[in-house]
Amino acid sequence: MTALAWLIPCALALGAVGLVAFIWALNSGQFQDLEGSGWRAISDDEDDKPRP
Amino acid sequence: MDRALKLGVADGAFDGPAARAEVRSETVSLVVENMHCGACMTSIERCLKSVPGVSDARVNLSARRASATFDPARVDVQALIDALGRAGFRAAEAVEARGDQDVARADDLLRRLGVAGFAAANVMLLSVSVWAGQASDMDKAAAALFHWLSALIAMPAIAYSAQPFFRSAIDALKGRRLNMDVPISLGISLATVMSFYQTLRGTSHVYFDAAIMLTFFLLIGRYLDQHVRVRARGAAENLLGLKSLGALVLDEDGTARRVSARALAPGMKVQVAVGERIPVDGRIVDGVTDVDASLITGETLPQAVGKGGTVHAGTVNLTRPVVVEATATDDSTLLAEIARLMQAAEQGRGQYVRLADRAARQYAPAVHVLGAATFVGWMMFGAGWELSLTHAIAVLIITCPCALALAVPAVQVTATSRLFGKGVILKAADGLERLAEVDTVVFDKTGTLTRGAPVLSNASAIDDAALAEAASLAIASRHPYSKAVLMAAEARGIDVRPAEGVTEVPGSGLSAMGPSGERRLGSAAWIDGVSAAHGGAGSLWYGAAGRAPVAFHFDDAVRADAPDVVANLRRAGYGVYLISGDREEAVQRVAQEVGIETSQGAVRPDGKIAVLDALKASGRKVLMVGDGLNDAPALAAAHASLSPSSAADISQTAADAVFQGEELGPVLEAIKVARASQGMAIENFAIALAYNAVSVPMAMAGHVTPLIAALAMSLSSIAVTLNALRLKTARLRLSLVGGRR
Repeated sequence: MTALAWLIPCALALGAVGLVAFIWALNSGQFQDLEGSGWRAISDDEDDKPRP
Repeated sequence: MDRALKLGVADGAFDGPAARAEVRSETVSLVVENMHCGACMTSIERCLKSVPGVSDARVNLSARRASATFDPARVDVQALIDALGRAGFRAAEAVEARGDQDVARADDLLRRLGVAGFAAANVMLLSVSVWAGQASDMDKAAAALFHWLSALIAMPAIAYSAQPFFRSAIDALKGRRLNMDVPISLGISLATVMSFYQTLRGTSHVYFDAAIMLTFFLLIGRYLDQHVRVRARGAAENLLGLKSLGALVLDEDGTARRVSARALAPGMKVQVAVGERIPVDGRIVDGVTDVDASLITGETLPQAVGKGGTVHAGTVNLTRPVVVEATATDDSTLLAEIARLMQAAEQGRGQYVRLADRAARQYAPAVHVLGAATFVGWMMFGAGWELSLTHAIAVLIITCPCALALAVPAVQVTATSRLFGKGVILKAADGLERLAEVDTVVFDKTGTLTRGAPVLSNASAIDDAALAEAASLAIASRHPYSKAVLMAAEARGIDVRPAEGVTEVPGSGLSAMGPSGERRLGSAAWIDGVSAAHGGAGSLWYGAAGRAPVAFHFDDAVRADAPDVVANLRRAGYGVYLISGDREEAVQRVAQEVGIETSQGAVRPDGKIAVLDALKASGRKVLMVGDGLNDAPALAAAHASLSPSSAADISQTAADAVFQGEELGPVLEAIKVARASQGMAIENFAIALAYNAVSVPMAMAGHVTPLIAALAMSLSSIAVTLNALRLKTARLRLSLVGGRR
């Protein structure tokens, strides 16, 4: 039973991390262009360099 | 869609800190038509960024839009559009983003869905342990702990995630109506409250898992519904945006500047080049030209308009550049009249009740009666009010219309995405349902059954030499007949050399002086030696010194698969009509060619509505397929409506769905998918009810455990979703009208 004392908080914390990540992704517009993001990953254009 | 699409002024975030103080920047959203893949995406971004004054550009491939941030002092929107045009992309400024609110709502639902999903996963984790513990040796204290943890997770999650249902239910009750959200809200909130009470008492009747799972599944349905709406509206707005091209306005001092068509005001003088669409209703103040009004009146033949003549927005200028003065948009304009007719027509359709709401009207009272009966029944058997209430609430939880609420959205999503793949963009949320009910199809002629462009019909009677000479004149003109002559010549493999010094006289024809004398191509009156009596409408003559005049006859070419589509519809028992604003004989001919028996020509917009009303009065449900401005009121009045993407803006707005491409086949596909989807929605209702038929008696008898409640809920939801997915790949055939196979 003592295992529960840390297993349950662990499960909850992991779930919460997932939820926070999802909400962050949603708010930062990651789901706005699902088609385009796929193409960007294989594009040769230097889209990944930091802006000057 | 991008939230930054909104037109607005922001600080120049991408210019260096030094520049930040004085540089202002604007963000504009552009609709780009032919963007298909990642390669287009990078070239569009590179092209926009290469324009001086543009600080950033980003493409949204799913939305087919590009947003650019630029310095309004150095560059304007038109310059960006021109730059894209040079790179081979047709672009236009996006219509005022009306869809933004919808996007925000979809995002909001997704956020609530995320929270509900997180809570559902954790509560199920705890619940499964408790269920397993009932079979083995879990002690009471551990079970109680797990129930308390579930309460702690589920209650705040439900309070947040289920708000859309609560709000909608309260709105419905305020309006003294019942919708699906009333039993949903009742089920969710009662389950939560009772579970909390039972947790306090330490019993096993705890339904947090069912309540949060229910919220999760229902939110999926709600989100899908919203997602379809956002996507359809975005696509429709893109189509409209691409059509509202800019206009060249002449100022008092004679300078010209480009403004968007929406910014035009009465009194402005607009220069319209040859081949351009006239952007406003107005009067010609300079020049004489031919105007193609096929989109407005359904008439295929261009009309000559001189100085002082009236032209309508949406018509195409064919022969000479003209200056048009925009007239006041008072009640006498054609557009205003059509808008009035549309408004009147739409009121008739406003009372349509969607399938899900009709189901809710039957279902919600039944649920509440069952719940009450359970309570009264157990009280009569002397079970005491607490146990009676517990069983009554169990009935409400079990009957909570989870599958019922998913049944329609799941089908809607698969049907819409299947149609999207076939080039049909569904705009109205209840369009599929109305489309499925039609038993009569009324077609417009020009631009709908026909391609809206004439072709040479007597090509075999014309020898190569005459055709080549006529084509050498025709190549200089944008008149539809000239284009048809040119196309016929090219189809024969004739190498067309443009004649020198061709002049075009609006309303008459073309002429060119050559070494062997003058050559002319035009109306009968324009050619020497042809009496005007010969020159019926729909023909051109070619005349040259030393040769007998040659006649060219034209037909408005019927879409290749139109006869097939009509035959299919008639075989399935649909009534098929052709109603057009064009001349009676032209309408008759097309009707014969595609195999329609009932046709009517020379019908005005209000006449079309009268015909639809007559059909409606005889008990028919009409699908109107049309493209012209003159069809718009009829499109709004009909039970359901479709219009090709080449249609006038106002018609596209009025239609339930827009189809793209050269073929008429999408009309058939739309009807097939609509009917199949309605069948499937009803199947889904049946599945949901079957689950209830099994579980409700159990609940009323007091045998439902939290495990059974969770299982019934999840399994029925999954079953209806899987059933809906079948529509994606199913082979469909047009079933007979009235449901007979």
